[in-house]
Amino acid sequence: MSRRTASPSDAGAEAEQAALSLEGVSHAFDGVPVVVDVDLTITPGELMCLVGPSGCGKTTILRIAAGLEELQQGRVVIHGRVVADGAVQVPPEEREVGLVFQDFALFPHLRVEENAGFGLVGLGAAARRARAREVLAQVGMAGFAASYPHVLSGGQQQRVALARALAPRPRLMLLDEPFSGLDTRLREQIRDQTLHVLKSGGATTLLVTHDSEEAMFMGDRIAVMREGRVIQVGTPVDIYCRPACAFVAGFFSEVNRLEGIVADQRVRTPFGALAAPDLRSGDPAQILIRPEALGVAPAEGGEAQAAAAGDGKGHAKGRVITARLLGRSSLVHMGVAGADGKELHLHARVPGRFLPAEGSLIDVALDESMAFVFPADDD
Amino acid sequence: MFTASVAGLVSVPVLVVFGYLFVPTGEVWSHLAATVLPRYVMNSLWLLLGVGAGVAFGGVCSAWLVTMCRFPGRPIFEWALLLPMAVPAYVIAYTYTGLLEYAGPVQTALRDLFGWGRDDYWFPEIRSLGGAIVMMSLVFYPYVYLLARAAFLEQSVCVLEVGRTLGRGPWQCFARIALPLARPAIAAGLSLALIEALNDFGTVQYFGVDTFTTGIYRTWLGLGAPAAAAQLAAVMMVFVFFLILLERASRGQARFHHTSTRYRRLPRYRLDGLHGLVAFAICFTPVFLGFLLPGAALLKWSVETADRMINMRFLELALNSFTLAASAAALAVVLAVGMAYGLRLHRSRVAYLATRLASMGYALPGSVIAVGVLLPFAWIDNSIDAWMRATFGLSTGLLLTGTIAAVVFAYLVRFLAISFNAVEASLAKVSISLDHAARTLGRGPGATLVRVHAPLISGSVLTAAILVFVDVMKELPATLIMRPFNFDTLAIRVFELASDERLAESSSAALAIVLTGVVPVILLSRAIARSRPGHE
Repeated sequence: MSRRTASPSDAGAEAEQAALSLEGVSHAFDGVPVVVDVDLTITPGELMCLVGPSGCGKTTILRIAAGLEELQQGRVVIHGRVVADGAVQVPPEEREVGLVFQDFALFPHLRVEENAGFGLVGLGAAARRARAREVLAQVGMAGFAASYPHVLSGGQQQRVALARALAPRPRLMLLDEPFSGLDTRLREQIRDQTLHVLKSGGATTLLVTHDSEEAMFMGDRIAVMREGRVIQVGTPVDIYCRPACAFVAGFFSEVNRLEGIVADQRVRTPFGALAAPDLRSGDPAQILIRPEALGVAPAEGGEAQAAAAGDGKGHAKGRVITARLLGRSSLVHMGVAGADGKELHLHARVPGRFLPAEGSLIDVALDESMAFVFPADDD
Repeated sequence: MFTASVAGLVSVPVLVVFGYLFVPTGEVWSHLAATVLPRYVMNSLWLLLGVGAGVAFGGVCSAWLVTMCRFPGRPIFEWALLLPMAVPAYVIAYTYTGLLEYAGPVQTALRDLFGWGRDDYWFPEIRSLGGAIVMMSLVFYPYVYLLARAAFLEQSVCVLEVGRTLGRGPWQCFARIALPLARPAIAAGLSLALIEALNDFGTVQYFGVDTFTTGIYRTWLGLGAPAAAAQLAAVMMVFVFFLILLERASRGQARFHHTSTRYRRLPRYRLDGLHGLVAFAICFTPVFLGFLLPGAALLKWSVETADRMINMRFLELALNSFTLAASAAALAVVLAVGMAYGLRLHRSRVAYLATRLASMGYALPGSVIAVGVLLPFAWIDNSIDAWMRATFGLSTGLLLTGTIAAVVFAYLVRFLAISFNAVEASLAKVSISLDHAARTLGRGPGATLVRVHAPLISGSVLTAAILVFVDVMKELPATLIMRPFNFDTLAIRVFELASDERLAESSSAALAIVLTGVVPVILLSRAIARSRPGHE
């Protein structure tokens, strides 16, 4: 399927290569800043996920891009065309964007096919019908063309909403929490279908979500927002394995939090000292360890050996508090003697079924690439 | 912009009259104040007090019975209790005068039965303040009934059941729990009924009870003193604002009164035997006296006078009424949609406040609005005329005053609030994401209104149009003051014939008005049937 792609007449600035570019965008509601100096660029064909906790300003960014919120400061460029800056404010109907809403927003008085064809302004009836059928088939809803939205399930409504947004071949797709109205089971299935439809059509997409797992599932790249600012942009691997700050590390999975004091650009843990190159000696530090970074094996040797602290080479001894099977993986709660002698409560996530007896001794190994050191006041 | 300008224009009469509160008083005013003003004030106050007591008692009792009890005829009374709303106060006043006057059927029957002569018995005089209070109570109690009923329905049964388990009987539960909980709704209904009572012109004029409305009418047309009439209107407006404040304050409180959100089917107390009969009588009396009896009398007289009254003249009157009502309704709805949609597109504070101010018109009596419209229109006419004479030596005379356009504008001032509130409420139910979906799909604001909103709100818009239509059909004082020379409507004809003591002959026009008035009652009862929490 061919799509309109960017054809910048005078190539030059990076913004003109981008499908969407936000430059220095700030926004406030009644004097309260909700978006602060955001720069964001999406390249053609890319699926960018904007993720953050609720109230972080991510939906406002999407609405500014769509033209539903009047730009207050900065510049918005879509495929080389400035759609909003201090001088211009292109209304949403002229921006050629497709928007999928959290509540789907299907027109209740129109049939599924009429909903899908709603945006095909200027096409003849026959052409409109053909295109509507085409996009409905794409999302697997061709059989419901004559139904009214209220008879459809949530997942079906979502797919019609997606088809409706795709029908006019928009230059940019904007999805606002498109799966949060669906129940958990259905969500995974629809998410998968949506990803396939978007990627197979080569759509440029900005997807807003508060769900970190969804962002990693959907995104080619992820932009993490917090309190109105974009704090890190990168591929899912970048974000997960090289978080820019403690917040990003903690947002994408549960983490074990340890504390320590930096000495000699290192900080001590039960698993030995970890490098802390950017911290000064004497500074308090926090160490974030993902549960899957802790490898667990039944301990060799006896009680006496186990009571000793770790060997300082990525290993430590621990005592099982309890263990639970969570389906694809097992979660082991354990006590490990900390660097200062106090017992730490740590979680390890182990693939498959691994359920050591409560109170038994285990050998815990740390994968240092999944342990992150940040200043203690960085959260 | 559109919203603010329309709202501003519609607010002009309100502001003009209000301005007269601060205009230095003239000679006519001092004369009025010294002679008739105390009477106007006292009569109006007694009227409000009497009608207030009447509608509160009738409305609350009937509402409680039909929501909380089971007795013969209850499902019918649920909607039948609304029927008296269809009868304008002046129509019921004329009808009862016809029935109860010396030569009327009731007194004649009494004389025949007991063989009494003219001076042998005492019979209450219907054409009195007391009579006016009874007449208005009979047709205005549905306002209290409607809101009290809604409040009783919304009350969680749990609260009442707690009362029962704490050892209170059903009547004590009513007096100590249900009634206090419903008080804001009752107060709101009461203030609406009292606003209507203040607005009434036909009844008090006919009964010779001097109140503000009759005073304004007489000062304007009789004394030819517009400024003094406007000052009277301004004083009256103070009364009205007090009632509006009462209504707003009660509405505001009502929100906090639902302590439990769980609803269940109301366990209605079964009333058998004598109790059932009493309940039936309590509900039947207002329906009978407020609708069935006057309706039957009107029907009988219409049939008797049909050959004289149903003619081309009657058709002309009906057509005039229809034209006025239809154009006012159409304009009111179109403007309301424009204003409400404008407010939805740009939520500006100025426009919002302007719409609130414009809504005030609904609370203002027709006579006050007439004064508020005529004064600026006359000023504009005179200014144009003076300028044209000075410039071209031509006299343009009256361009606006005394035209249909002026009358329709007065209707808009009074009734725009009905259509605006209905349209705004209906639009608010349309999710804003539908707007955004249509906009991002390439439709501009106008196309979005036509293709998305119009189909979704058409039902409410139609209802609003019907409500305005019927209210214009019934409207008397503003039409009377402002109509073009020799332009009569059904309502005017009823008033004129009744004033000439030709009550039977006024019945066909009156019946036509009542029958039109039944339409919104049906709409209302259907809306009620659809919106009841805890009921399937």
